[in-house]
Amino acid sequence: MTNEEIRAELQRAIGEERVMLFMKGTPDAPRCGFSARVTQILNASGVEYSAMDILPDPRIRAELSGLSGWPTIPQLFVGGELVGGCDIVTEMFESGELAGTLGVEAPHTEAPAPQQTAQAPPLQIE
Amino acid sequence: MPPLEEVKERIEQALPGARATVTDLTGGGDHLRAEVVYKGFAGLSRLEQHKLVYGVFEGEIGGPIHALSLKTVIPLAGNHGSSEDSGKGDSQ
Repeated sequence: MTNEEIRAELQRAIGEERVMLFMKGTPDAPRCGFSARVTQILNASGVEYSAMDILPDPRIRAELSGLSGWPTIPQLFVGGELVGGCDIVTEMFESGELAGTLGVEAPHTEAPAPQQTAQAPPLQIE
Repeated sequence: MPPLEEVKERIEQALPGARATVTDLTGGGDHLRAEVVYKGFAGLSRLEQHKLVYGVFEGEIGGPIHALSLKTVIPLAGNHGSSEDSGKGDSQ
């Protein structure tokens, strides 16, 4: 793939997928603690989302950060707009804002609280 | 990899009047967390606040600094801001 093709695929995913997560690894097998936490939050929110693993080609991350202006992974987009990374998604989840952004009802049952960052060191060391 | 003190100083120099508290999440020196109290965050979305801090380390995040976790806080008026003031959703 050329860089242009990568960028076009990223733009397609951001534009067409209502809730789009760019992460390290997959929702079933996250490769970084920060990505794992965002998938846990999305799963707890009950929202349908798409995810793309940025690890297979370093150019994916470079192109994505170029498009979004955001240097870190994960990155969550809703309706084509960047919501933020792990810190922002976690803060919004804890304050209850996230459900509104995702367009879902707040979970009725107490969702598993995201682990403190200090207790969930990222699994992947580059 | 920049030591914690350097990260703190660079944030405080780039954002005049800001106060930063930088901690090392893993002990490895490359997964850092910064809590930044800065008047200039007022009126910005949380996303814009985080981008402002990330901008201080253009190109280094993902490189020498593997991860920089952020918490941004707008100080209360007449108070230089302690983290106790932060609450949630303070950027809104």
